[in-house]
Amino acid sequence: METKKSKLFINCDEAMFICDKSQYNESTFWERFRLNIRYIYCHITRSYVKRNNKLSDLVSNENVACMNSQSKTELKTKFEKELQGK
Amino acid sequence: MPKHQLDPNKWIDSYADYLFNYTITRVSDSVIAEDLVQETFFSGLKSAVNFKGEASERTWLVSILKRKIIDHYRKINSNKGKSEVRINYTDDESEGDWLEERVADPFGSNAENTIENKELGLAIHNCLEKLPQKQAEIFKKKTIQNFDTEAICNEYDISPSNLWVIIHRARTALAGCLEETWFK
Repeated sequence: METKKSKLFINCDEAMFICDKSQYNESTFWERFRLNIRYIYCHITRSYVKRNNKLSDLVSNENVACMNSQSKTELKTKFEKELQGK
Repeated sequence: MPKHQLDPNKWIDSYADYLFNYTITRVSDSVIAEDLVQETFFSGLKSAVNFKGEASERTWLVSILKRKIIDHYRKINSNKGKSEVRINYTDDESEGDWLEERVADPFGSNAENTIENKELGLAIHNCLEKLPQKQAEIFKKKTIQNFDTEAICNEYDISPSNLWVIIHRARTALAGCLEETWFK
């Protein structure tokens, strides 16, 4: 028997999913509203949100850098050519 | 038998971002950093025969990169006179203020913060290296390089829900790893 899904109350997995999307500003207002409701009464959600926010702060662009994708692809092509020539 | 062996086929995927992060914190110019990383890989390939296998592949590449960075600074400082402080005041009233302007700003970013940020960047890359390659790549594109969800989905041929599952796994693993290594 299928259980009817609540529109207002979400489970922990859904809350984590919304929390992840929120880190990239990709959650909707309605999703954030439902996350906030769960945040009030669920300690697992609360600790996940805190941990996730902390991670976002750490992995900000100021702290960590990656090589530009295009430059990396070009470097890979050049390097592979050099490897084949060896 | 040596403890470590070289596998140049995996160098770019495995170490390009780590080396780039290492360099950018030392030269503060992404174009120069990319050039230095590129030179490191090519030099590494040339001197692969000298690799004794005592250090890990990454440590060995970092040691080459360090020399490249030192050479870079030697080169830019080789022209005499560049190290002179040039003061271009156009009016007489401002003259004499130059010393005051060069006093370190106590409220600006301090050396400790800079060092901590450098180390944090490397710690994050260390943790990312422990993730499955695809997961790490997608996480970097989404979180560090700020790619659109749609662009990543098209590139890897995955659905948005797959992407969020990958991001969730990566974030959970990364948070766990940083708690172990950074906050301990």
